[in-house]
Amino acid sequence: MTDFYGIDSALSEEERAVRDSVHRFVDERVLPIIGDCYVEGRFPRDLVPELASLGVFGANLPEEYGCAGLNNVSYGLIMQELERGDSGVRSFASVQGALVMYPIFAFGSDEQKRTYLPKMASGEIIGCFGLTEPDYGSNPAGMITMARQQSDGSWVLNGAKMWITNGSTAHVAVVWAKTNGDKDERSIRGFVVPTNTPGFTARDQKGKLSLRASDTSELVMQDVHVAGDAILPKSAGLKSPLMCLTQARYGIAWGSVGAAMACFEEAASYACNRVMFGKPIGAFQLQQARLAEMLTEIVKGQLLTLHLGRLKDAGTMTPQQVSLAKRNNVSMATDVAREARRLLGANGILAEYASMRHMANLESVYTYEGTHDVHTLVLGQAITGLNAFQ
Amino acid sequence: MKIAVCIKRAADMETRFKIAADGRSIDEAGVKFDIADFDGFAVEAALQLKEKDGTGEVTVISLGKDAVQETLRKALSMGADKAVHLKTDAVPADALAIARVLAAELEGGGYDLMLFGRMAIDAANQSVGPMAAELLGVPCVSAASQLGVAGGRGTARRELEGAAEVLEFPLPAVVTIDEGIARPRLPSLKGIMAAKKKPLEVKPVQVGESRVTVIKMELPPERTGGRIIGEGPDAVPELVRLLQTEAKVL
Repeated sequence: MTDFYGIDSALSEEERAVRDSVHRFVDERVLPIIGDCYVEGRFPRDLVPELASLGVFGANLPEEYGCAGLNNVSYGLIMQELERGDSGVRSFASVQGALVMYPIFAFGSDEQKRTYLPKMASGEIIGCFGLTEPDYGSNPAGMITMARQQSDGSWVLNGAKMWITNGSTAHVAVVWAKTNGDKDERSIRGFVVPTNTPGFTARDQKGKLSLRASDTSELVMQDVHVAGDAILPKSAGLKSPLMCLTQARYGIAWGSVGAAMACFEEAASYACNRVMFGKPIGAFQLQQARLAEMLTEIVKGQLLTLHLGRLKDAGTMTPQQVSLAKRNNVSMATDVAREARRLLGANGILAEYASMRHMANLESVYTYEGTHDVHTLVLGQAITGLNAFQ
Repeated sequence: MKIAVCIKRAADMETRFKIAADGRSIDEAGVKFDIADFDGFAVEAALQLKEKDGTGEVTVISLGKDAVQETLRKALSMGADKAVHLKTDAVPADALAIARVLAAELEGGGYDLMLFGRMAIDAANQSVGPMAAELLGVPCVSAASQLGVAGGRGTARRELEGAAEVLEFPLPAVVTIDEGIARPRLPSLKGIMAAKKKPLEVKPVQVGESRVTVIKMELPPERTGGRIIGEGPDAVPELVRLLQTEAKVL
């Protein structure tokens, strides 16, 4: 395990124990199958009950809802280890925990929390999160999905959502919609929509060259009629889904480091074993420079996430700090994955090795949950006080 | 049913070891420690017996410095109910001295079964479990690959060279566990949180005089690279000659 700076010594015994359990799970259950899943374009659904019994879903939510009640550093380490396996597997856990369980926990009624959270922790209910629309990605405030309240208090939803992780697998969708014809972003509310409601359809998005071991779907809602209590009562405006994204991005900042560690370890091991010109390629200066650069950037990313986690546990973390970590670490991981792939030479293009799979996956991670460019502008605004979006 | 499992904190065998400056121990810097492999199987065996029985209590016991508490908590996070840390600064090389301390703790604990790993993965003495049984005056089955309890009696299966034997014995008894039993479970994240709330009793102990001392520890010689002496059937005579005269294995 890549720990050049002895960061383990800055982790508590409990944090290390959590990391070690998920690490071993990924070694034993994810790594042997994930290359085939990726090639076949199939999410390893069999892993869901096992991930649930390990306790990874919503692991930082309270025990009273059947969750593990871990701190945020432990949660981050879980994401790191899962993405060491595959970004698609980590994405599943991020969506289930940070984008569905978290909004139900933060904005839901007591009854919604009791109904959904324990069954989502146990993997009996799988969730998806519908915010992005075909024409509104980086600009969610422009969304056109609309919910209209009927005279009996129930709601009717119309609209379409795109790039929805778990969309075809999910039993329940947290859908964000404007309400009652009001086009202002302040009218946005969250709804918990069972995916078997008439008028709700999910279609698998075909032809992906990235996140192939993950379900990505388009959701269409045509006169989807849900009860009055489907609304998340404490959701209020665009800031509610953005709070969910902050949770998920926090996990991505950790997860991308895991993907980079996997690529680095593969490259380092390959460099020591692959002989060319009569010696291991790791003995050549060009490959040593590559490995030194990769390791340096990984260590920086590890230190960044650990401190971000301590800030989150102290309750002082800001969304802008999360933007910085997501932006840096995912970009770093894409570079590390590409360099690892190159170091592996021709073998690097095979699914038998992990680096090119990670490299292709990370292009999605670079683009989702706030593109790299959007996070650049978030930081620009934090630095100058001037908003470049408008 | 009350089950005790004696576990040892040992270096992860995937570690690359270095000999410490004293030349008699391993350098612990950067080494990862965990429940010794066979002891992990023993914990798993105890948990499965308890789950099958529906009732009972699993106590894990470890001798050593404060660091063994982490190892005990790992067993608690797997599902053991309570832990006892027999605290001492130095664990001797003398298996009998260790067995005496453990037997003193096990005696009077009212345990039906007292489990050990077949051997500690680091010291590989295979002695502490059988010696503790002798000191306690109870039956001992070593290297069990299966273990069952019914009607106050135990049954165990042992894998022998080319055969297996099944034994029956009265309780209480000592059984040392081989790896065939079941892979130790992963501690779940909830288990890790629950372990913090389970009782872990610390008991300072005096370990008796050690009559066995490690005077030297050394790494196996570095393996040298292979040598290609030719290709195809033409190379066979030379290969045979070298295997006879140089490697002296034929």
